[in-house]
Amino acid sequence: MTSAQDSAPPAIQITGLNKWYGLLQVLHDVNLTVTQGERLVICGPSGSGKSTLIRTVNALEGFQSGEIKVAGLRLTREPAVVEEIRRRVGMVFQQFNLFPHLTVLENCALPLRLVRGLSAAEARDRTMHYLSKVRIPEQAAKYPAQLSGGQQQRVAIARAVAMQPEVMLFDEPTSALDPEMVKEVLDVMVALADEGMTMAVVTHEMGFARQVADRVIFMDAGRIVEQGPPTTFFTAPRSDRTKAFLRQVLH
Amino acid sequence: MHYKDNIAYPPLLSRPTVYLPVLAAVFAALWWFRAGDGALGRLVLGLVPGAEGDALNLATAACVTMLVGFNIFVVMRLPLRQQVWLVWAELAALILLFFYSFDLSFAFIQRKIGFLITQGLVTTLYISAVSIVIATVLALIGAIAKLSSNGIAQGIAHFYTSLFRGLPLLMQIYMIYLGLPQLGYVVDAVPTGIAALSLCYGAYMTEIFRAGIESIPKGQWEAARALGMRPVSVMTRIILPQSMRVIIPPTGNQFISMLKDSSLVSVVGVWELMYLARTQGQTEFRHIEMMVTASLIYWLMSIVLELAQKRIETHFNKAATR
Ligand SMILES: Nc1ncnc2c1ncn2[C@@H]1O[C@H](COP(=O)(O)OP(=O)(O)OP(=O)(O)O)[C@@H](O)[C@H]1O
Ligand SMILES: [Mg+2]
Repeated sequence: MTSAQDSAPPAIQITGLNKWYGLLQVLHDVNLTVTQGERLVICGPSGSGKSTLIRTVNALEGFQSGEIKVAGLRLTREPAVVEEIRRRVGMVFQQFNLFPHLTVLENCALPLRLVRGLSAAEARDRTMHYLSKVRIPEQAAKYPAQLSGGQQQRVAIARAVAMQPEVMLFDEPTSALDPEMVKEVLDVMVALADEGMTMAVVTHEMGFARQVADRVIFMDAGRIVEQGPPTTFFTAPRSDRTKAFLRQVLH
Repeated sequence: MHYKDNIAYPPLLSRPTVYLPVLAAVFAALWWFRAGDGALGRLVLGLVPGAEGDALNLATAACVTMLVGFNIFVVMRLPLRQQVWLVWAELAALILLFFYSFDLSFAFIQRKIGFLITQGLVTTLYISAVSIVIATVLALIGAIAKLSSNGIAQGIAHFYTSLFRGLPLLMQIYMIYLGLPQLGYVVDAVPTGIAALSLCYGAYMTEIFRAGIESIPKGQWEAARALGMRPVSVMTRIILPQSMRVIIPPTGNQFISMLKDSSLVSVVGVWELMYLARTQGQTEFRHIEMMVTASLIYWLMSIVLELAQKRIETHFNKAATR
C-alpha cells in the first residue's frame, strides 16, 4: 500500500482542499502539511471548520475537491484505501465516544482483536499496557458510565493509541471536561507528544499549545489565516482576526 | 421507584385524604352499578339474611368496600416486593374465581386437556417459535435495508412494512392459503400460518429495530469506524448490542401478541390451541370449558415470555446500571 517514492513522506499532506455543505463552503482551498513527529495545534472561532478539516483526514467527512495523503497514501473513497487510512490515523473525540456496553478493557481490546487480529490474551496485555500509560489500569473492569469524564477521555486516548496509529487526531479533547479534569487529560497528551507521536490537536488550551506545539494554525471561516511556531504566533500575531481571537482565549 | 430521589414521601394510601376518598369511590361505584344484584350480593346474603333490593345493594357495597379497605390496610404494611406479589396473587385469584363461577365441568376439562396440550399447545408453540425466529431475521434485514444507501433495498423494505402492517393478518393468511393456489402454488396450512405471522410481525418489528438502531448516537458508529472496524462488526458488536435495550421491550410485546395471533391460523384448519378449543367443546356443548382452558394456557405462555423478556432486559441493562 505505501508508496515507496519518498523515504519519509509527510504524515499528512493536504492540498487545495475545498468542502461545501450544500451551498455553504466550509473549507476554502486548505493547504497543510504535517511532517512525521510534528505536533500541530489548530485553533479558531466556533464554526471556522476545524472539526471538519481534521475529520476529512480519516474520511469521517467527505470533500469535493483537493487531495489528502496520509503517510504517502492518497485518500480516495475506495473501502480498502479508507480502511488502511483509518488504521494509520487514530482519533479522539470531544464526547469521548466510548462504547457504553463494554468495559474499559473490552473497549480497547475489541478493536485490537477485530482490526489488528490480536488474540484475546495479546489484546488484553496490550490494553493493560496502554491503560497503565494513561494511569488508569485499575479501572479496566469498569463500565464507562462508572468513570469520571477525565478518566473516560483517557480511556478513549488509550483505545486509539493502542491501535498504534502513525498519526493522532484530537478534536477538542478537553472541551467537554470540568476544569479540574482538563489537566489529567492534557498531561497524558503531553506524555504522548514526548514519545514522538505525530499529533494534530484542535483545542483552545493555549497553555498546551505553548508547551508542546511545533506549530499553531489559526482558522477562520474555512481558511487557514495564520500559522507559525507558538512563540511568534502568540507574541506577534499578524492578522487582526488572530489578535481578536487570542485576546478572547487568553483573556 | 425507578428514579430514586431519596425523599420519604408518605405512601399515598396511608394518607386519610387519599385513603378515604378511594374507599368512597369504591363504595359509590359498587352502589351505582348495583353490585348487590349479582354474585357479590348472593355472597353478602349469607351475612345479612333476608336483605333484598336497595338494602342488599347498600349492604353489598359496604361489605366489599370494607374488605377492600382492610386489604389495603394490611398490604400497606408489607415490604414492597411482598406487596407486589400479594396484589398480583389476589387479582389472579379473582380472575380464577370468575372462571370458576361459570360452573365448569372439570371432568370434561380433565378428559380433553391432554389432547389440547399435546396437539394444540405444541402446534401453537411450534408455529409461534418458528415465526418468532423468522420475523426477527426479517426485521433485522428490513431495518438494515431501510437505513442502507441502497435504493432497491430501501424500496423493498418500505413497501414490505407498508403492505404487511397495512393488511389485516387474517387477509394475509387467506392471500397465502387461497390466493397463491390461483397462481399454481399450493401452500399447506401450517406453512401458511408461519409465513403470514412471520411476514406480518417481521414488518412491525422492522420498525422497532430501525428505531432502536437509530437511537444510538452517530458518534458510536464514527468512533468504531475511525478505529478501523468493518461495518458488519460495528453493527453486530457496537450498534445492535446497545440498541437491544430499546428494542427488547416492544419486541417482547410483539412476541406475546404473536402467540395469541397464531390463533388466527385456525381459520385454515390448523389444529392449534384455539382451533381445538373451539372444536373439542362443540360435540358436548362444553364451549366455555375449552375456551377457559385455552385462555389460561395462553396466559401461562405469555407469563413465560414476560419472564424471559425480563431476564434479557436485565442482561442488556447491566452496563447502564451502576
Ligand atoms: N452536517 C453539517 N451540515 C451542514 N453544515 C455543517 C455540518 N457540520 C458542520 N457544518 C457547518 O460547517 C461549519 C464548520 O463546522 P465545524 O464543526 O468544522 O466548526 P468548528 O471549527 O469545529 O467549530 P467548533 O469550535 O464549534 O467545534 C460551520 O459553519 C457549521 O455550521
Ligand atoms: Mg468542532
